[in-house]
Amino acid sequence: MTESTPAPLLELRGVNKSFGVVHVLHDVDFAVYPGQVTALVGDNGAGKSTLVKVIAGIYGRDTGDYLFEGKPVDVSGPRDVSALGVEVVYQDLALCDNLDIVQNMFLGREQKTGIVLDEATMEARARDTLGSLSVRTVKSVRQSVASLSGGQRQTVAIAKAVLWNSKVVLLDEPTAALGVAQTRQVLDLVRRLADRGLGVVLISHNMGDVFEVADRITALYLGRVAADVPAKDVTHSQVVELITAGRSGDLGIAENPATATV
Amino acid sequence: MTTQTPDSVGLADSDFARDARQASSLGDVVRDYRDRLRGGDMGALPAVAGLVVLFAVFSFASGDFLTVRNMANLIVQAGAICVLAMGLVLVLLLGEIDLAAGYTGGTSAAVAALAIVDHGQPWYVAVIAALATGGVIGLLIGSLNSYLGIPSFVVSLAFFLALQGVLLKLIGDGGSVPVQDEVLRGLAIKNVPPMWGWIGAGVVVALYAALTLNRYRVQAARDLQRPPVALVVMRIVGLAVLLLGLVGLMNQNRAANPNLPVLHGVPWTVPVVGFLLILWTFVLDRTAFGRFLYAVGGNAEAARRAGINVQRIKVLAFVFAGMMAAIAGILQASFTGSVYPGSGGGNTLLYAVGAAVIGGTSLFGGKGKARDAVIGGVVIATIANGLGLLSNASYINYLVTGGVLLLAASVDAITRRRRSAAGV
Repeated sequence: MTESTPAPLLELRGVNKSFGVVHVLHDVDFAVYPGQVTALVGDNGAGKSTLVKVIAGIYGRDTGDYLFEGKPVDVSGPRDVSALGVEVVYQDLALCDNLDIVQNMFLGREQKTGIVLDEATMEARARDTLGSLSVRTVKSVRQSVASLSGGQRQTVAIAKAVLWNSKVVLLDEPTAALGVAQTRQVLDLVRRLADRGLGVVLISHNMGDVFEVADRITALYLGRVAADVPAKDVTHSQVVELITAGRSGDLGIAENPATATV
Repeated sequence: MTTQTPDSVGLADSDFARDARQASSLGDVVRDYRDRLRGGDMGALPAVAGLVVLFAVFSFASGDFLTVRNMANLIVQAGAICVLAMGLVLVLLLGEIDLAAGYTGGTSAAVAALAIVDHGQPWYVAVIAALATGGVIGLLIGSLNSYLGIPSFVVSLAFFLALQGVLLKLIGDGGSVPVQDEVLRGLAIKNVPPMWGWIGAGVVVALYAALTLNRYRVQAARDLQRPPVALVVMRIVGLAVLLLGLVGLMNQNRAANPNLPVLHGVPWTVPVVGFLLILWTFVLDRTAFGRFLYAVGGNAEAARRAGINVQRIKVLAFVFAGMMAAIAGILQASFTGSVYPGSGGGNTLLYAVGAAVIGGTSLFGGKGKARDAVIGGVVIATIANGLGLLSNASYINYLVTGGVLLLAASVDAITRRRRSAAGV
């Protein structure tokens, strides 16, 4: 499992998380490597969203370590996480329809000279970021977000996440609501992010997307990590088995989850 | 604007350079504007069109309407409505409402008047006391709405009733407090000396020209999106015509008959409203607070995730709306010459809400400008003024104003639906 992979950018070790009596995450180990797309897959209720929210700092951990660039860090809220350079793009995107692309990308982190907003600098930086991501389907950075297609909105949300030189980007189901061409566009962007050296986490239900862009696949099954493997070492049907049954051949969790070792 | 498929991954460093940075000609600008209108983004167009129609109808129906004297009267009438509406725009941007704004103004004006009459304070202390009163009332409404989560409709309705009691207690049943102070009363009945009117208008136009041209220069130098230079020049010329025309009109003698002393100059209400208009336009367009107001009104959850303190922004909006209501109350008291228990009641609030909405501010939040309040305020004042001249029974005034408010709200709702369909 550990070939010539670089040191992980972000790593969780032995994370447990319960809500009351419901034990959602069991000893989860999860790693994000620079320059790689790590796909996080699992059925509904497997704990994907909970894991993302733990990484994002929205939920605390009951036990377990949170490591960033090899060092344990004390994370107690979303602000700590974004200060580390970890950005999450949620499924519902969190864009303001009545603002334009530049205004959305800088929302909450506006550039100012004195008390006056520095629109010129913000527009130039937004343009540079979109340009460096090879985004070329936007008519103007000054059009309102309401006028964008689903794929373009996703692009803006991702560009917003990378604008701040972040090191890790988590994408929650970025292609769930998109058509074929737009999915293509977003997947290209995901690949480009990894090629720039970012650690990218792609949460997805779509095996086609996963196998197209992912370098590693982490499968969750009932709150446990069923497998953490390079994408090229597994097949489509093996991953589906891991998602639905927690095991596939010699991969995955042993029969009795209570005594399982990965 | 449908999406194109990039041919392969990671190619083409930046084709973004090809995006539209400049609407190249005035024709493009006109086409863009037409597209926006079709998409349901009407802006202030209905208000301006309505104003033209109202002026045509009233000047046809009454010979007294289109006189300099009546125009001056109309402007002073509009002042309080415009200021109250500007305050309401801040709250409406969040998708909230402040039904108590009228009585907030009345109460604050009563505090100011009593400070002068009963306590012998100078006018500026009275104004500060009024602003503080309005601010505190806004703080209470905003905190109850924001931190306790009571809908603003209910909180402000409660204050609407309670403040009537406060006003009655302050002034006494059936009583009234006169506003005789030179400066405060002068806001409505005194005029800017004609020469200063010209100078003031000239300075405003010159500053506007300098700022917009400088902005254009920066945008062009950094190759950012910008309007064609012809449009920039047209806007400057438009403002110059409007302001200088207004000063020219108001500087004519409008005394009731030639034997009376000369009465000319721009009413002092105008610079007050103008200053507040510039202030709030600056705050909304150029500061982070303004940006946050739009963001919270557009998508409060997105604003929260962006690290904006949504609750604090809401409270601040109500505080500023309360302070604007205080200024409106003083202007109104200056116009009527006294504060009485009904000050800020009646149709004051609905006039202001109507003004904001007619001007193009959305009741659903996230869309609106300070400018909207002023344009809408002039429309509402024109209706009140014109119907008054026709000496119809006041029931018609109420019916017409209610109808206009309903019409404006319908336009808002319909265009909102079209906007979300057209995605503009």
